[in-house]
Amino acid sequence: MTDKGIGARTLRKEDRRFITGKGRYVDDIRMQGQAYAVFVRSPHAHARIGAIGKDAVLGMPGVLGVFTGADVQADGLGSNVCGWNVVSKDGSGMNMAPYPLLCTDKARYVGDRVAMVVAETLDQARDAADALEVDYEPLPAVVDVAKAQDGPVIHDGIAGNLIYDWELGDKAATEAAFQKAAHVTRIELVNNRLAPNALEPRAALGHFDPGTEQHTLYVTSQNPHVHRLVMSAFIGIAPEHKLRVVAPDVGGGFGSKIFIYGEECLVLWASRKLDGVPVKWTADRTEAFLSDAHGRDHVSKAELAIDADGDFLALRVNTKANLGAYMSTFSSCVPTYLYATLLAGQYKTPAIYADVQAYYTNTSPVDAYRGAGRPEASFLIETIVGQAARELGRDPAELRRQNFIPKDAFPYQTPVALTYDTGDYAATLDRALDLSDYKGFEARKRESASRGKLRGIGLSCYIEACGIAPSAVVGSLGAGVGLWESGKVRFSHTGKVQVLTGTHSHGQGHETSFSQLIASKLGVPFEDVEVIHGDTEKTPVGMGTYGSRSLAVGGEAIARSCDKIVAKGRKIAAHLLEAAEADIEFKDGQFTVKGTDRAKSIGEVAFAAYVPHNYPEGVEPGLEEGAFFDPPNFTYPAGTYVCELEVDPDTGTTEILRFVAVDDFGNVVNPMIVEGQVHGGLMQGIGQALLEGAVYDQSGQLVSATYMDYAMPRAWDVPFFEVETGQGTPAQANSLGVKGCGEAGAIGAPAAVINALTDAIGVRVEMPATPEKVWHAIQATRHAQAAE
Amino acid sequence: MTHVSLKVNGREVSRDVEPRTLLVELLRRDLNLTGTHVGCDTSQCGCCVVHVDGVGTKSCTMLAVQADGKAITTIEGLAAVAEADGRAEDGLHPVQAAFRQHHGLQCGFCTPGMIMSAADLLSRNADPTEHEVREWLEGNLCRCTGYHNIVKAIMAAGATMRGAATPRAAE
Repeated sequence: MTDKGIGARTLRKEDRRFITGKGRYVDDIRMQGQAYAVFVRSPHAHARIGAIGKDAVLGMPGVLGVFTGADVQADGLGSNVCGWNVVSKDGSGMNMAPYPLLCTDKARYVGDRVAMVVAETLDQARDAADALEVDYEPLPAVVDVAKAQDGPVIHDGIAGNLIYDWELGDKAATEAAFQKAAHVTRIELVNNRLAPNALEPRAALGHFDPGTEQHTLYVTSQNPHVHRLVMSAFIGIAPEHKLRVVAPDVGGGFGSKIFIYGEECLVLWASRKLDGVPVKWTADRTEAFLSDAHGRDHVSKAELAIDADGDFLALRVNTKANLGAYMSTFSSCVPTYLYATLLAGQYKTPAIYADVQAYYTNTSPVDAYRGAGRPEASFLIETIVGQAARELGRDPAELRRQNFIPKDAFPYQTPVALTYDTGDYAATLDRALDLSDYKGFEARKRESASRGKLRGIGLSCYIEACGIAPSAVVGSLGAGVGLWESGKVRFSHTGKVQVLTGTHSHGQGHETSFSQLIASKLGVPFEDVEVIHGDTEKTPVGMGTYGSRSLAVGGEAIARSCDKIVAKGRKIAAHLLEAAEADIEFKDGQFTVKGTDRAKSIGEVAFAAYVPHNYPEGVEPGLEEGAFFDPPNFTYPAGTYVCELEVDPDTGTTEILRFVAVDDFGNVVNPMIVEGQVHGGLMQGIGQALLEGAVYDQSGQLVSATYMDYAMPRAWDVPFFEVETGQGTPAQANSLGVKGCGEAGAIGAPAAVINALTDAIGVRVEMPATPEKVWHAIQATRHAQAAE
Repeated sequence: MTHVSLKVNGREVSRDVEPRTLLVELLRRDLNLTGTHVGCDTSQCGCCVVHVDGVGTKSCTMLAVQADGKAITTIEGLAAVAEADGRAEDGLHPVQAAFRQHHGLQCGFCTPGMIMSAADLLSRNADPTEHEVREWLEGNLCRCTGYHNIVKAIMAAGATMRGAATPRAAE
């Protein structure tokens, strides 16, 4: 049975339903008599809303209701909230404006929800929504974060559209270090806005049962308990004990399905308004582009002070972060505590100072997207270090190695608040250089040149932080929730096991990894384990899946539940075996009297626990144990990525030739799944670097709102990746030694690609480095050279 | 309403539909075949690929009335096609089996369309190169896998279907 346990490339038990079309996603659920909601969205980026012609639409065929912001207000529903209060330099709290479920006075971005139409069929709802007349008075809009301060006021009373002006690090020590610098590398860069694009669009099906007054919401969520909490405590849809949130199979999230959106609250509310008619909404793709929270969108200036030997002395960073028209659920912590805290990277830079201004703009809200703050930090550090190496004429690998935190320096306190627990950065660098044949690059570059192509190689030595914790610390920094996780292990009479987890799987394969955990910890066959998640009525309260926390935090809660099972089982086995509890050993599913062959299997112990006819006195019947785990620290995955690419100077087209990724994820439960997570992350990171951009024009129209316009990475954009994990340094924050692997690829890849591209063409191009931008950059370089 | 009669996964089906009804709506809404997914509205993502008279087709881009008289195979019916050919293993079409074996899926949402599209490719070209597989997948988006294991799975399925001992090596 251990051949499928921890460390095995066990095939996924969830796959059979997905490959046979038997998955059950929200839009697949159909309730008797369900109606359909369609949202009327603002076509203007900023507009005052006048009359809404409800009455004309109410008479249309099949229409059951038309709801506006005034109806929501009249019913006393509250505003959506951002759950992390970031405090500004001057001690003031962030300027959080109301985030209404439906617009009241104004629409603040294209796609803002103005009204909801509910009808018996989807076609009827669409027809009615199309017919709804809304009077708009368009107002000037601002979309660029760099212009936000001088743009029109988006929320009354919030001058300069400033949400907060925050800082981290020792400003004086940083200034002093710059005075001693032999060289200063300066950089200005954009971290491009992205649309998350989970392939399953967001969807929600709300049902109010007038008999029991129970509210049930099926929703595309990464964290159903967080949905329940916010919808109950802040929005007031229903009291928490009368609200059930179910997230069934969910088709990808990447952060975008963490957040609580108006649509999902409103369909449940509408079901109650319509006396129990179930109401379903499913986004189409353009709605997803317009209304899913976007990611990234920073503009930064950074300076790196370096001494005459090439040692980094200090890093100074200013970042302006675009949070869009409203503050989404966790938006405030992304460009602060998930970003500036990572600015040390893998380096022992002694002084770091960062300040961050976050602004409202007339764009879709911006929140966590795969990596959330860490990709922005990693891109900034690894780009400026790459530029420093070029300016100093140093080999970029060696300049990095010289400045690495040495492996004997852990635990290592960075100047930006974090304590790294373990790591061996030189090991992953060496392995990546070896795998990529870094030494042989010059010969390959010459070969490319002989064909008229520009070849480049780029490094990225990223670090990130997963499993954000502990709760008391994040609370002191402004978090409104705890960041622990729950687990429960339940045996049945027949020795089968149910694992209940507060995390949620939307592609990560928890049903497999958590079963592997049980197989190894309890010796129960992998096939005898069922993992249950995604239903607030079944699982203990949990905080959900994001920030690569599920195994490091949720898995540890399960591991601790297993320890409790063994502790109780030992008592029962001792009684059954007429031995002292201290003499009972547990291994591979057997409780054995030390030094004998007398044993009871865990299945026999479970049966005895449920049929306690011959049972130890004072021990409760049953075999079911749970744990809540609040980690003492983050985990810190790190690694080195090497990208090698070729540019066609005539067309500006970039072709990625090789991509090597060596990651330290600590211990690995399922290498197959972990490698798959890296592959997907790399693709999103490469997509950010070369292809993807959520682009607004100056009037605030999203011009990349379909797959015809937004360049999603396709199979032909990359070669096979060369990924290696498993040589890691075990994490200290959990007994499993696991770190988290879901975001690393997206965090580390962009800088590797852009450094390689810069190496190829000699200048850095802002992301996404499209063929047009690359071609212009090459032309500009050639003109400049010709003029010299 | 317009009357349509077609064969879906081997069964004769008749329905009255609005003329604007898409084939994918007929499958999902009227026939409860929810394995066929909708991921976009511009015929780009490929989550909705089915076989129409054996040919891979985006069911979001075909009206139900255009499918009148045709034979449709959806992801739910693919294994039965392989069973009939004697090529099924463990109740799965070789492409389905290869996706599981090679971890060619994560969230599973693009998977039915990917598998149907791949089966179409392999019916035309049993020995595609990596380049041919990647080109073929132009019309299928995946956000989870970086396509790495999808391409591997398709090449491995090709090898299985043509009885080769090992799949073609990567280029």
